[in-house]
Amino acid sequence: MKTTNVSLVGVGGQGILLTSDILAKTAALAGLDVKKSEIHGMAQRGGSVISQVRFGEKVYSPIIPEGTSDLLVSFDRLEALRWRHLLAPEGRALINNMYLTPITVSSGQQPAVPDLAARLEAEYPQALYIDAMTLAKAVGNTRAMNMVFAGALSTLTPFGVEVWKQAMRERISAKLIDINIKAFDAGRNAVKG
Amino acid sequence: MSQKILLSANEAVAWAACKAGCAVASAYPGTPSTEIMENVAKFKDSINCEWAVNEKVAMEVAIGASIAGARALTAMKHVGLNVAMDPLMTYTYVGANGGFVVVTADDPGMHSSQNEQDNRTLVKFARAALFEPSDSQEAFDMVIAAFEVSETYQVPAFVRLTTRTSHTSTVVDVGDGFGPGKVDRKPYVKDIKRYIPVPMFARPQRLKAQERTEALRAFACGTPFNRVEAGDKRLGIITSGVTYQYVKEVFPEFSVLKLGFSNPLPFELIKTFAASVDRVLVIEELDPFIEDQVRALGVPVVAHTTELNMLEMNAVRLTALRKEILGDVELPAVRRTDEGLPTRPPVLCAGCSHRGVFYTLAKLGATVTGDIGCYTLGAFPPLNAMDTTICMGASIGNVFGMEKAGMKGRLCAVLGDSTFFHSGMTGILNVLYNGGTITTVVLDNRITGMTGHQDNPGSGKTLCGEPAPVTDIGEVAKAMGFKRVVKVDAYDLAALERVLKEELDSGEPSVVIAGGPCRIAAKLTNAGTYEVDAAACKACGACFKLGCPAIERGEAVADGKRFKSHIDPVQCSGCDLCRQTCKFNAIKKIR
Repeated sequence: MKTTNVSLVGVGGQGILLTSDILAKTAALAGLDVKKSEIHGMAQRGGSVISQVRFGEKVYSPIIPEGTSDLLVSFDRLEALRWRHLLAPEGRALINNMYLTPITVSSGQQPAVPDLAARLEAEYPQALYIDAMTLAKAVGNTRAMNMVFAGALSTLTPFGVEVWKQAMRERISAKLIDINIKAFDAGRNAVKG
Repeated sequence: MSQKILLSANEAVAWAACKAGCAVASAYPGTPSTEIMENVAKFKDSINCEWAVNEKVAMEVAIGASIAGARALTAMKHVGLNVAMDPLMTYTYVGANGGFVVVTADDPGMHSSQNEQDNRTLVKFARAALFEPSDSQEAFDMVIAAFEVSETYQVPAFVRLTTRTSHTSTVVDVGDGFGPGKVDRKPYVKDIKRYIPVPMFARPQRLKAQERTEALRAFACGTPFNRVEAGDKRLGIITSGVTYQYVKEVFPEFSVLKLGFSNPLPFELIKTFAASVDRVLVIEELDPFIEDQVRALGVPVVAHTTELNMLEMNAVRLTALRKEILGDVELPAVRRTDEGLPTRPPVLCAGCSHRGVFYTLAKLGATVTGDIGCYTLGAFPPLNAMDTTICMGASIGNVFGMEKAGMKGRLCAVLGDSTFFHSGMTGILNVLYNGGTITTVVLDNRITGMTGHQDNPGSGKTLCGEPAPVTDIGEVAKAMGFKRVVKVDAYDLAALERVLKEELDSGEPSVVIAGGPCRIAAKLTNAGTYEVDAAACKACGACFKLGCPAIERGEAVADGKRFKSHIDPVQCSGCDLCRQTCKFNAIKKIR
C-alpha cells in the first residue's frame, strides 16, 4: 500500500490543526500507521499555517516531499496557490471558497492577486471547491467551518464516515460534538450532492 | 493490554517521564520544547513540576532533585541549553545520583529560533549520554532508558528532539496498564568529596568522568538502540535521529547503522559496520557530528557536494544526494513556488498591548535593542521600531554597550515580563551599578506570550494553576536602587509619549513598565469594535502607522496617492489606539 500524503494549509485561526488532528486519528483508528507534522510558534500570529498528514502501512518521513501530496486541502483560496509545489502532478486540490486578505495587501504594502480565480482554475482544473463558511452558518456555528471542510475532505479518503465520527468524538468536547457532527455531515453531503 | 495512542514526541516525553517514575521536572518554555512541560503537568499527581524562571534555574532544580536521589527531568529549546550549560558542565563531574534526564529540542531550519545550533556538540562537550529518537515511540522508550542509563552510569542523560520529532504525532504503544512508575528515591549521603568539586576534589572527578565515557562507549556498542538494518551492502549508511526516516524513504534498499544512542559513539560497532559494506555514507541533520568522528577513526566516508549540513533535512535533499552518488533517480517534477504572491508575515495581534510602545519609540526616533518574544515583531514595517535582537535578556546589556561605545541619542532596551524575569534583572542591575543612563522598557502583559501563554512570576499562577505570589517589576527595580521607575498604561499613547520622552531624555538610568494584558490570554480579542467615519476621514494615514491587522486601506483619494482607512470589525478587538492617533475624530467606538 502506497503512503497517502495530505497537506492541509490555510491561515492561523481557521481550525487547520484540529482538522488534521482528526484526519490523523481517523487513519490511526482505521489501523494504519500515521504521522502528522505541524509548525508552531512564529507562524501562529496571523501567518500561513501548514499541517501535513501521511498514512499507510508504514510511514517514514514526517514531512511530505515537495511534489508528492495526493491531496492539497486549502482553507483559503490564496493559500491554495502558495503551496502548489507540494501537490503531485496527478494530485487533487480541495479548496475552501474563502479569501482572507493578507495584511500586506490590506495595508497596501503588496498588491493583491488580480486574477486569483483564473490562476486557481489554470493550476487545478480538477479542484473541488466548497463554500464551508456558508454551510457552517447554515448549521448555526461559523466556528464549525473546519468540520464542514473535514466532511468534504472525508469523501476523498478511504475511511468510513463512522470512523471519522469516532475520531471527532475522541477529540472534540461533549458540549460541542453535536454541532460539529452536523457541520461534518453538511460538508460531506455538499460534496456527495 | 497495550495501549496505542497518537502522541507528539513532546507528549511522549511526558508520558515516559510518568512511567519512569520521574519525581521532579522543571523547564522554561521555548519552541519547539514547550509542550513537554505542559504535558508533564497532566501527571502532576506523581511529578512535582514547575515553570522555572529560566533554563539555568530549571537545570539546577533538576540537579538538586537528582542529588537528593529522585528521578528528575528538565527540558528546553536548543538555545536554552546555552543558558543552562554552567551547572551541567560540573554535574557531569559530580555524577548523577537519581536519574537525571535533559531534553533538548533543537530547531533545524529555524522555524522559530534565532539560530540552528546542533546541541549534540554541547552534549559531547559536557561528556553526557545522548539519545536521538526518530519518532514518538522512540522518544517514549528512550526517555525511560535515559533514566536507567543516568542512574547506572551516574551521567546526565540527554534526549535530543528536533522540531520534526517534537511536533510530529506518531503512534505510540505506552505499554500494559500505563500509570506512574514507582521508583524509590535513592539515599542521599552527604559526601563533600563528591558534591563539592573544589580543585582537590574535582581532579579525581575529572578522571571518573572519563571512565564513565569509556563505559558508556561500551554500552553504546551493545544497546539495541544502536542497530544494523542489513540490506544491500554496496552502500552502508550511518544515520541518527529523524534523519533515519528520510534515509529509509530515499535509500530503502541499503544497509543502515541506525544510531539511537550517539554520544559517546560506539566506535567498535561503527568499525564493524564499515567493514561489512563496500562504502560508508554518513547522513545527519545539521553538523557533521557523527561524520567527523567516523573519519577520525580512519573509516573512509563517501564525499559529496550535495550540501546537507545547513537547514532542515528532508527527503528531497536526500534524493539530490542519491542522484549525485548513485545517479539512479531524478528529482520529482515540482510546480515552482509562486514568489509573486502577497505574503502573510506574522504580525502583532489586533489590539496587542506592545503596539503603542513601538509606535511611540519610532515617533521619538529611539535606538531600540529588542529581545526574544512576540515583540520582536515590532522590528517590521510599518513600526520599524527595533534595531537588534540577540538572545534572551540581551536587550539591556546591548543598549548599555552602545552607550559605553559612545552612541548618542535616545537609547532604549525593550523586553517582555517573562524575559525580564528570565535574564533581565541582572542586566538592569549592571546598568545601575556601572553608571548607565539608558532606559529599559518592560512590556508587562503578565504572560509568556510567544510560546503560547505560559504563566510566570508576574502572572499569579504556577504551571499547575495554583495561586502564586505576583512579583511587581517596578518594586524589583526600586529595591535595586533605581530612582526612576515609572508605570504607564500601554494603551494610553499620550502618556506613553510623555513618559518615554521624559525618561529617555533624563540622563539617568530608568525602568518603564508599560502595562497591558495580552489580548489572547486575557480573552479580550472581542472586547469591542471601532469604525471609521469615512466622511470625516482625511486619509492622512496616521492610523496606518500602527500596523494593526484590523486597519485596512479603504477608499482611494488624491488620485490613488492616499487612502482612507477602514476597520475590519471581525479583527478589531477594541484597544482604542487608532482612535488616539486620529486628529480628525474620524474613528469611533461602536461597541
